[in-house]
Amino acid sequence: MKYESQAVAMPYFIFALILFAGQILFGLILGTQYVIGDFLFPEIPFNVARMVHTNLLIVWLLFGFMGAAYYLIPAEAETELYSPKLAKLLFWVFAAAGTLTIIGYLAVPYATLAEITGNDLLPTMGREFLEMPTITKVGVVIVALGFLFNIGMTVLKGRKTVINIVLITGLVGLALMFLFSFYNPVNLALDKFFWWYVVHLWVEGTWELIMASILAFVLIKVTGVDREVIEKWLYVIIAMALISGILGTGHHFFWIGPPEYWLWLGSIFSAIEPIPFFMMTLFAFNMVNRRRREHPNRAATLWALGCAVMAFLGAGVWGFLHTLAPINYYTHGSQITAAHGHMAFYGAYVMIVITLISYAMPTLRGRPNGNSNKAQVAEMWSFWLMTIAMVFITLFLTAAGVLQVWIQRLPESGEALNFMATQDKLALFYWLRLVSGVVFFIGLVVYLWSFFIGGEDPAIEAAES
Amino acid sequence: MAERFTKSMARNMYMGGSLFFILIFIGLTLDTVRQLPERDNRENLTESVEHGKKLWEDNNCVGCHSLIGEGAYFAPELGNVFYRRGGEESFKIFFKSWMNAQPLGIEGRRAMPQFNLNDEELEALADFLEYAAKMNTNDWPPNIEG
Ligand code: HEM
Ligand code: HEM
Ligand SMILES: [Fe+2]
Repeated sequence: MKYESQAVAMPYFIFALILFAGQILFGLILGTQYVIGDFLFPEIPFNVARMVHTNLLIVWLLFGFMGAAYYLIPAEAETELYSPKLAKLLFWVFAAAGTLTIIGYLAVPYATLAEITGNDLLPTMGREFLEMPTITKVGVVIVALGFLFNIGMTVLKGRKTVINIVLITGLVGLALMFLFSFYNPVNLALDKFFWWYVVHLWVEGTWELIMASILAFVLIKVTGVDREVIEKWLYVIIAMALISGILGTGHHFFWIGPPEYWLWLGSIFSAIEPIPFFMMTLFAFNMVNRRRREHPNRAATLWALGCAVMAFLGAGVWGFLHTLAPINYYTHGSQITAAHGHMAFYGAYVMIVITLISYAMPTLRGRPNGNSNKAQVAEMWSFWLMTIAMVFITLFLTAAGVLQVWIQRLPESGEALNFMATQDKLALFYWLRLVSGVVFFIGLVVYLWSFFIGGEDPAIEAAES
Repeated sequence: MAERFTKSMARNMYMGGSLFFILIFIGLTLDTVRQLPERDNRENLTESVEHGKKLWEDNNCVGCHSLIGEGAYFAPELGNVFYRRGGEESFKIFFKSWMNAQPLGIEGRRAMPQFNLNDEELEALADFLEYAAKMNTNDWPPNIEG
């Protein structure tokens, strides 16, 4: 760490990881309810647990992105953060808003929460991923504005590199697209259409810019490869991301009302969406192969490579699997969707945040060479445990999804099995998913534990041996 | 990457490419919004449907169910439940008794909460589901089971 103000990233990272643990605990509740239907009912109905699971995911990733920006922007701009005070203040505002919202989900029925938070005045609640009360959404916008102002001013007074400009572009885009969450028309087709402006244009648009720039930053640090080379890759990756991803939104417009030309446009453009993810994999391996130094933080390098590969598998391969309209006709809203959602979110966004934390956190804790070898070994174990568990979660859900399509979707009306009866037939796969989820949780515990392992500076150890 | 492909070419590809596709996307959005009236069943958007949609959201039904394939995958698709459960003739009767019977209380079975909605509210929710079922969805879902 070169600039003192980078330290404001620390509480963001810590809080993000606490919420991550909460997310996974609720994932385990969901996984259990999938096989023991009345587990925790009526105290925690499935919809409540699901809301907590997915909203914690989004919120902790946002904490991670903000922490990443507070760390990365001063380093790239070669100047102190414009206002560390504002960053600290916004941390508490966001943490309080997030915590209160989760408490609200768990403490009262959702309808009551909607009522007391004034959802009648400006109804925005009750839509997937955007369940938070309208006032929480307003809070998010305020935090985002303060945050963007802070990092924007930092870049203005400092060095403008491709990495920090791309990162800021992605973050501004994220905030802009979020504004569509306030648009909730009565017309269901319009509601759904613009809902995807938030969800799709986040994960297959603006967030890819954030991911690619963080990856580029970490690769420069751990490989020492020339900035010119890295920046060229970065531009091509984000060019491909937006060229494919913007019209790729059409893969969600097949069945929700919009005209038929989206069947073609959505299929064609989303079919090229895997390319930017594939390029990120090539990019990461190329840079590591051409490295000019052996960075002693091997864990960070492992996360960076793993992130690129898993993002390609989850978003690229599993996305492509069901993105063509004739296939999506049968798989839409099945367990295949869930399989893809899990691996894509984990591979791309969970892993990129952890990659940065893995590189940044030791430097913030006065260990510029990374954690001790002992701590790194634990961290690498957690990498493999979580990543392999996620591969299995995805495979079991995919198997469940294929079977679901086979017995519920493919046969004619009258011959097809109904939804609930089909679910019973998938129970074995759901049990196996739950077991994989437990392994994932163990991996997460090992990961968190690795922060508390002391030991010697890895560079000193290497020099001695 | 080949040396002749320079960084500034890459930047132009990014700027030009994204600007171009953003503009196309805006154009297609306008066109879609223009064409939707013929497809989205808006002529049946009554006050009752509007109320029904609000109830759908205020009770987070989408946290367990999918609606035209979007939402959660824990409970049945409801975009076509109107047709699956009786249509014009008997959907409303089915729907009201279904909602009032929750939770079924069958051990180990996935359970749906009791939302304590009154008769007028149930009527509105049923109207909303009927309206949704009559949108043009390019023939989705493939069969009645959703
Ligand atoms: C990191 C990037 C990505 C993430 C985090 C992601 C995540 C998700 C999630 C969570 C959903 C479910 C949305 C819902 O609840 O309705 C979804 C749906 C979908 N995704 Fe992705 N995705 C990514 C990239 C991609 C890519 C690159 C493709 C195509 C190649 C793709 C194709 C699809 C399709 C076709 C659906 C709709 C599934 C359905 O019809 O049910 N995704 N994605
Ligand atoms: C212990 C591990 C986990 C388990 C058992 C689990 C379980 C579940 C379940 C049962 C659902 C609801 C599916 C439905 O709607 O019927 C769900 C949704 C979701 N989970 Fe997880 N989860 C786990 C970990 C994760 C992780 C690590 C991530 C992110 C990287 C994640 C991201 C999501 C997303 C994005 C959705 C919404 C999917 C969609 O709409 O298609 N989950 N999870
Ligand atoms: Fe998408």
